Amino acid sequence: MTVTENSPTLSENEVKFEELLAMGAKIEPRDWMPDDYRKTLIRQIGQHAHSEIIGMQPEGNWITRAPSLKRKAILMSKVQDEAGHGLYLYSAAETLGADRTDMLEKLNNGKMKYSSIFNYPTPCWADMGAIGWLVDGAAICNQVPLCRTSYGPYARAMVRICKEESFHQRQGYEIMLTLSNGSAKQKQMAQDALNRWWWPAIMMFGPRDDQSPNSELSLKWKIKLFSNDELRQKFVDIAVPQANILGLTIPDKDLSWNEKTGHYTYGEPDWEEFFEVIRGNGPCNKERVSNRREAHENGQWVRDAAIAYAKKHAEAALSKAA
Amino acid sequence: MTHKKGYPLWEVFIRSNRGIDHKHAGSLRAADAEMALQNARDLYTRRSEGVSIWVVPSNQIVASDPDDKETLFDPAEDKVYRHPTFYSLPDELEHM
Repeated sequence: MTVTENSPTLSENEVKFEELLAMGAKIEPRDWMPDDYRKTLIRQIGQHAHSEIIGMQPEGNWITRAPSLKRKAILMSKVQDEAGHGLYLYSAAETLGADRTDMLEKLNNGKMKYSSIFNYPTPCWADMGAIGWLVDGAAICNQVPLCRTSYGPYARAMVRICKEESFHQRQGYEIMLTLSNGSAKQKQMAQDALNRWWWPAIMMFGPRDDQSPNSELSLKWKIKLFSNDELRQKFVDIAVPQANILGLTIPDKDLSWNEKTGHYTYGEPDWEEFFEVIRGNGPCNKERVSNRREAHENGQWVRDAAIAYAKKHAEAALSKAA
Repeated sequence: MTHKKGYPLWEVFIRSNRGIDHKHAGSLRAADAEMALQNARDLYTRRSEGVSIWVVPSNQIVASDPDDKETLFDPAEDKVYRHPTFYSLPDELEHM
């Protein structure tokens, strides 16, 4: 037994787990894993799934009012993708022993969270552009490294999701481009949307590293591969030149190019606002969750009917066979 | 087989093209086989990723135990003679 040689405090299971992580191998559903690794993943994957499902609402809001049939078809596709992403992620969480029905109940009664970005309103068509460009852009910065996260089913779900997200971002940017090249009024719509979404997008990466208590363990377990601030910097560095091409101004007076670091320096978001939204006091928190609960309750009879139908046919097949 | 509070779980396998094996794509929940196939179509082939779908109730899959890895797979490890590279043959021998 090599356990005592490695460390007197680690069990044989822990040693094996650490070895797999050190090798860069994936942890798969039936492997032994520390309870906190499992809990952290269920929380993170569950929140991620919920974000996709709640994230359908700000854009679903514009499907009936999209300015052309083409834009309407595109928006429907994108919202359908988001439902799909939620489902991939619920499946991944279920491989850890989480129960999908329980997770949805916890979303509906506010016991589980989702990304605070989806608690902001979408009053204007240009918001569809800004969401695709900035919100999906920030999501991509977060998600691309997650394709290499240490838990196999989560990593595989992320590969699928990232392939589809790139369409989302490009369609949003194209909306911004069209508006920016349009009339002065249309360009102003695009600028206003950028003003509304810039700071919430910056805050999507979570609190500053020195304020993020869960990060250290997640990094050690290779659930996260980069810190919040590293990912935020990457996003800013990518987004600034994109704004320049649109001819729009990022609403940050402290934004400047730093020759020495080779990165943009950016200002501090309003963290008080961030924590308020997380506490449930953002502009749309109540509306988002109550819509979700209503949809779930109104769908109950459909789920009941489907189960009754399946049961009836399974019984009929059995009696036929007998 | 019905999940205590919702639909049962199904595993989805997709053949991406003729001539290629079905490959595990993921899982989903559905009330019955027909709904599982339709949901699999919507969930895993929105961009023409497949020409054929299998769905299997997850509880029908029998899996090996990761802890049995040694007893199951180690017997193959000392049989290097099963690989063509085990055999030393003269250099002038071509095409073999």
